[in-house]
Amino acid sequence: MVKTETYTLNMGPQHPSTHGVLQVVLELDGELVVQAIPRMGYLHRGIEKLAESRTYAQFIPYTDRLDYVSSMGNNLGYCQTVEKMMGITIPERAEYLRIIMTELNRIASHLIFMGSLAIDLGASTGMMFGFRSRERILDLFDMACGARQTYSYIRFGGVSADIPSEFVPALQRFLADFPAMLEEYHGLLTGNEILYRRLKGTGVISGQRALEIGLTGPALRASGIDYDIRKVEPYSIYDRFDFSVPLGQAGDCWDRYIVRMEEMKQSASIVAQALEKMPEGTVMSTIPKLLKPPVGEVYHSIENPRGELGYYIVSDGSTKPYRLHVRRPSFINLQVLNEACQGLLIGDVVAVLATLDSLMGEVDC
Amino acid sequence: MSNRVVNNVLAELAAQYSEDVKITGKEAQQALLVESQCLLNILRILNTNESYQFDMLRNLTAVDYLEYMEIVYHLYSLPLRQAITVKTRCNMEDAQVPSVTAIWPSANFQEREIYDLLGVKFTGHPDLRRILMPEEFPGHPLRKTYQVGNGNITGEKR
Repeated sequence: MVKTETYTLNMGPQHPSTHGVLQVVLELDGELVVQAIPRMGYLHRGIEKLAESRTYAQFIPYTDRLDYVSSMGNNLGYCQTVEKMMGITIPERAEYLRIIMTELNRIASHLIFMGSLAIDLGASTGMMFGFRSRERILDLFDMACGARQTYSYIRFGGVSADIPSEFVPALQRFLADFPAMLEEYHGLLTGNEILYRRLKGTGVISGQRALEIGLTGPALRASGIDYDIRKVEPYSIYDRFDFSVPLGQAGDCWDRYIVRMEEMKQSASIVAQALEKMPEGTVMSTIPKLLKPPVGEVYHSIENPRGELGYYIVSDGSTKPYRLHVRRPSFINLQVLNEACQGLLIGDVVAVLATLDSLMGEVDC
Repeated sequence: MSNRVVNNVLAELAAQYSEDVKITGKEAQQALLVESQCLLNILRILNTNESYQFDMLRNLTAVDYLEYMEIVYHLYSLPLRQAITVKTRCNMEDAQVPSVTAIWPSANFQEREIYDLLGVKFTGHPDLRRILMPEEFPGHPLRKTYQVGNGNITGEKR
């Protein structure tokens, strides 16, 4: 009699396709996955605890370090939460600048997704292309705030500085070039049969299950659930723009990839509309140097490239938050990994991980 | 987060659970404060009742108020596009609340996180282990009474 048994394989924490220090404990039956248990915490810095001993403004740079490939969104979510508590209104021009920056950041983040998906599946040139285009956006951010990754550009009451004169022409050049770039990627990746066969039908999550397990962002919309906070609870000035929310149907890796590719197109259109409508004026309203939000609490969430990024702040009326909790989409999205991977081959775990697009800086907080 | 929703829900529940459900907070910060022994019943009503349909648990967290621990549930209804905040309290020494993973499986990691960082035990949770800190870590670091290093986390006395 031949007796077989399952065995355990550690993927990570130092593995190129876990995008940071995530460990996935795989229980395998031959090459088939029986269970894939994510273990996190290798990058846990205790940011929520640190927040309790920092003033409200001092916490802005920490938000950059959560989801570090879409820091603008993190800044925006945090600043809007505090502004909501304080009842601060911000100048029109600042609203438009915020939209331009966060949408550009969404494109940059999805380009990283595209590049890392390609390299995880063995197409290393894909990554070079993704990073090449992202570089153009980082140059724009560099012009606006002097930083390429940790911006802290969005502040309470507006943004840290107005854009320099060379920003708008450079952005227009980028927007003019972007459709051709996307076209090129679609030709390289979307039209690639190997990629299609690896992704199509892999890691299927039904819409009902995606909702139950708490998926948000492109991963939820790929399963056909129409939940985009920019539409359902428009924050900032999103209600002024004309854009659509791309939805998938099958909820497999392929749909998650296509949804993100389509989202980039929509984001570029929002940026173009915002650029056209942006008024002149100041970019910062007059706010106190040291903020003391009134006693109370507030939960506010925004649509970040990875899903619903929420901040829950409890104020005791002092200069520091009494409690600050971040609802991190990457962290909650990872819950689905185990069931999405069951029955797949080891190689496909990489595809599921890449299309869930969790980022460890955010998972571990 | 409209007051209308909170008031409607309360009016309906008051008849059945008048002693166990209260409103806390003012205006936009209104929330339902529920006694922990009937928490599951009430959340199940909010989840399944036709007029609420809170099918998403968007956020789950807890706050240490020194005398008691407050668990905060932010619910959202996708079909009806409405939101509500539900809270429950437990004491600090024996911090225990029923787990809501049976209603919303998405609570799994979030309850583990609260258990890990704030030391609240969720009874009925399928896999209550630490999630961010190492298994052998002593204490629960987000509690206000937790001493970090030499008792000073601003780094002045390092």
